[in-house]
Amino acid sequence: MRELKKLAIGGLIALAPLGAMAQAPVKIGVVMFLSGPAASPFGVPAKNAADFVFDELNAGKGPAPYGKVGFGGSKIETVVIDEAGSTTTQVTEFRNLVQRQNVDLVIGYISSGNCLAIAPVAEELKKFTNLFDCGTPRIFEDASYKYVFRTSPTATMDSVGAALYVKEAKRGIKSIAGLNQNYAWGQDSWNDFEASMKQLVPGIEVKTSQMPKLFAGQYNAEISALLGSGADVVHSSFWDGDLEALILQGSPRGLFDKSLGVLTTGETAMHKLAAQIPDGTVLGARGPFGPYAPDNAYNRWFSKGYEARFKAPPNYASYQMAQAILGTKAAWEKAMAANGGKRPTNEEVGAALERLSFEGPGGVVRMANGKGHQAIMETAYGTTKLVGDKLTVINVQRYPAETVNPPDGVTSTDWIKSGFKK
Amino acid sequence: MDQIGPVVVDGIIYSAWLFIAAVGLTLIYGVMKIVNVTHGSFYALGAYAGASAAGAWLARGYPPMLSYAVLLLAAVLVTLVFAPLIERGLLRFMYAKDEVVILLITYALFLILEDTIKLIWGVDPYFVAQPYALLGSFEIGGLRYPTYNLILVGLALVSGGGLAWILRGTRVGKLLLTVIHDPEMSRAMGVNVGRFYLVTFTFGSMLAAIAGSFTAPTVSVVPGLGVDVIVLSFAVVVIGGLGSVPGAALGAVIVGLARSVSVHYMPQVELFVIYSVMAVVLAFRPRGLFSLVEPRRI
Amino acid sequence: MKRDRMLFLLGAALAAVIAGGPLLPQWALFILTIAFAQGLVALGLMLLLRAGLVSFGQALYYCIGAYTAGGLGRAFGVSDVFLQMIAGAAMAALVAFVLGFLLAKYRGIFFGLLSLALSMILYGLIVKSEALGSTDGLNVARSTLFGVRPAADWVRYAVAVAAAFAGLGAATLVHLFLKTPLGRLAPAIKDNEIRVEYMGASVRYAIHVQYVIAATLAGVGGALAATTVGHIDPEMAYWTTSGEFIFIAILAGTGSVLAPFLGALLFGAIHGLAYDLSPHTWQMSLGTALLLVIVFLPEGLWSLFVRRRTA
Repeated sequence: MRELKKLAIGGLIALAPLGAMAQAPVKIGVVMFLSGPAASPFGVPAKNAADFVFDELNAGKGPAPYGKVGFGGSKIETVVIDEAGSTTTQVTEFRNLVQRQNVDLVIGYISSGNCLAIAPVAEELKKFTNLFDCGTPRIFEDASYKYVFRTSPTATMDSVGAALYVKEAKRGIKSIAGLNQNYAWGQDSWNDFEASMKQLVPGIEVKTSQMPKLFAGQYNAEISALLGSGADVVHSSFWDGDLEALILQGSPRGLFDKSLGVLTTGETAMHKLAAQIPDGTVLGARGPFGPYAPDNAYNRWFSKGYEARFKAPPNYASYQMAQAILGTKAAWEKAMAANGGKRPTNEEVGAALERLSFEGPGGVVRMANGKGHQAIMETAYGTTKLVGDKLTVINVQRYPAETVNPPDGVTSTDWIKSGFKK
Repeated sequence: MDQIGPVVVDGIIYSAWLFIAAVGLTLIYGVMKIVNVTHGSFYALGAYAGASAAGAWLARGYPPMLSYAVLLLAAVLVTLVFAPLIERGLLRFMYAKDEVVILLITYALFLILEDTIKLIWGVDPYFVAQPYALLGSFEIGGLRYPTYNLILVGLALVSGGGLAWILRGTRVGKLLLTVIHDPEMSRAMGVNVGRFYLVTFTFGSMLAAIAGSFTAPTVSVVPGLGVDVIVLSFAVVVIGGLGSVPGAALGAVIVGLARSVSVHYMPQVELFVIYSVMAVVLAFRPRGLFSLVEPRRI
Repeated sequence: MKRDRMLFLLGAALAAVIAGGPLLPQWALFILTIAFAQGLVALGLMLLLRAGLVSFGQALYYCIGAYTAGGLGRAFGVSDVFLQMIAGAAMAALVAFVLGFLLAKYRGIFFGLLSLALSMILYGLIVKSEALGSTDGLNVARSTLFGVRPAADWVRYAVAVAAAFAGLGAATLVHLFLKTPLGRLAPAIKDNEIRVEYMGASVRYAIHVQYVIAATLAGVGGALAATTVGHIDPEMAYWTTSGEFIFIAILAGTGSVLAPFLGALLFGAIHGLAYDLSPHTWQMSLGTALLLVIVFLPEGLWSLFVRRRTA
């Protein structure tokens, strides 16, 4: 028995150099909401996208230039963690991912609070981390990082894009009102939208800003207040259950008859609630995703494959995950090409992703802000129109990245206040 | 001030919802002296069961007017499956324990039920909008309100009135009152206290499930639906006095109107309103507005 | 003698952390530090539980401690772990002193719910405040000890040792307090307040004092958590956070001052295992595990170590 053990150990040692070559799998930690209210609109679509893209890449079926198997020839293995729970829990789990499970890199995080908490820890542990969804611009405005990246644009883009679209869509607009959830996301979305509108339409009146508790569910009183205010535009960054409750409770009361409704994350509800969303509502998808995605090879591969596998179209969270993976892959392989084909270190991958430009199912992604760590993209908004039983968008306007994202080094709030100075 | 109309209507609608959601909790506390965190789970169970049952009913093209009966039936059935199981299977053995320990047991059950719901219904939102839109709408103060909201008000009145009648007018109700005041003495007098506990727990949870089920057409049923309801129900019940049904009604009205006023006139404080009201009421009436008289042990 | 035994145990625990710490992996040191932070809050809860009071709002002081520590870092650049803990403790004690005048009048479930309401009001205040980062929270400056920033590999060990000092030191003080006449009053209050008053002791005073002590402990715990996690957010004042502390306190039992820390470790272990092994149903795993402990270990964990002396 001892001889057998020695042989086995000897054999493993002999084979070790082979393992050290690119054949050892790439272990990726993936974090998103698998439970709670954020699971259905963001977490699960993102996980589905991850499953689809990783499987395709491992089979070498990614569209060019993503054709190599896995990352640079090494298959991808994932460790999935639920993002639910307190920040303390998430920081603990991140440390476990890095120090106990020894992942090579981490892609994840939907909640802005978690992103803010994780970023310094990723930096401390020197682990490449790609924040794929969270919206707060504070991450790269408050600090600089070497190991932390975000391949999706910030939420500033949503509010500025909405304001630009509304100004063109509704001529002679005089007043706005808001219905946003009373937490950072809702507060920031409303503040950015209000500030943008004040820049674009000087003298515009804010009739009321309703800020109900997150997940309040019952909005009768708020809807009454909005109806009574008679504002021209009603802006809402509600998502999932709250968004659907708003639509279900607001439409029968005619909330969107007198006012132009602007739903900046409305895309997540457009399939389920197709019949309930009134025509003429302005719908956002947090960027060129979903119905606004360009017709390129990547989108065709992604959306068709995703829908065939999961029997539902991908939403913007899915798109963001897909482009996070593709961007990381591009950086990984670029780093490999630069160091002679060896497995790249986290530092090398980071250096490769800095200021990189790559293309995904949503179009071109440029890592132009946050000293090359924060992506910018163009955005698009459109108006809903029910065709048969499918909800489509018409009058689609696209806004180039520079008109809806601040220049590198300028904070979003300052940029909007300055009148969007380039 | 044509704002008054909508403020009052909004307040009443919200109060009705709060009352139905909370009255089961106060009943269970009053009778069993347990703080029942699974209350939120039954609300969620009712919502999911109602949404999927009514959704299936309407999808098959059956008469839409009967979907209301389906909502009710779904809530009743789902409670009958889970409540006796919990009470007989676990809680029954725990009554001798400390109040806090029982609370924690119900909290652990709540966690288990959250994932049970997830396993049964998944994480996708359910909604069944037709019953909400079916009854048309009415106007007050120039604002349109779906008539469905009156069903909530109606349910609140029926359940409140029904409970009051049961407790004071029927023999069963009077026996229940004796159990509330002194379980030991009741047991000594031959009342089957164990059976009363089972019935109370089931009935109280059923009320929560009905609240959830009838709320389902107005919202999108998502995971985590029950969590908020727990805290809101507690606030209402504590304001009114634990164990008092009229107290729960008054508490619901106060909180509902306070919230409605704050939404219309001071939206910024909406977050605190309910906790501030709770703190203020408790500061002046430490046991709530109508509390049960409890003898002091010397 | 029993008293020496507990002090000896506390000293041994501290020595174990100092000596054994360098051998533990980084992630274990992190979990250990968090366990000390949570254990501190649970220790305070234990004090109140002995008097028959369950506070559903300890998260209030945990959050005050955390935001004081974080605020010191951001506003004055103070990143020393001990200074932060002292500041957190002081702030929490101050608030508890004031609130104690109101709360000491309540008992039972009303004490619990009023404390919960106060904690949720703080939550609402912070969420409304965009200067404090609302629900996104704020990052906290990196910890230093006595003016020195330890080398990257030693930070976790250093903070863990500081946590051990704080936690076990607090436990020692509480243990000594429980030997004083005021400290011994708690079970009597739980049993029959009127008799206690009849004997000449002031129940209000005793509860007020214990409430402030519990709050101070929670404040230290919060400051410690803030510097360890590196991030503070209003969820630290949410009722679910209070719920976690109560769970730890019940898990631990009221048997000894070391129990809360063991309870926190166990809770952390169960929590982590649930996430690792069943990421899709971790709530069910957590709930089941906790239910099993409550049902089969009704006196808490400590009952495993203590033989009940039957009369």
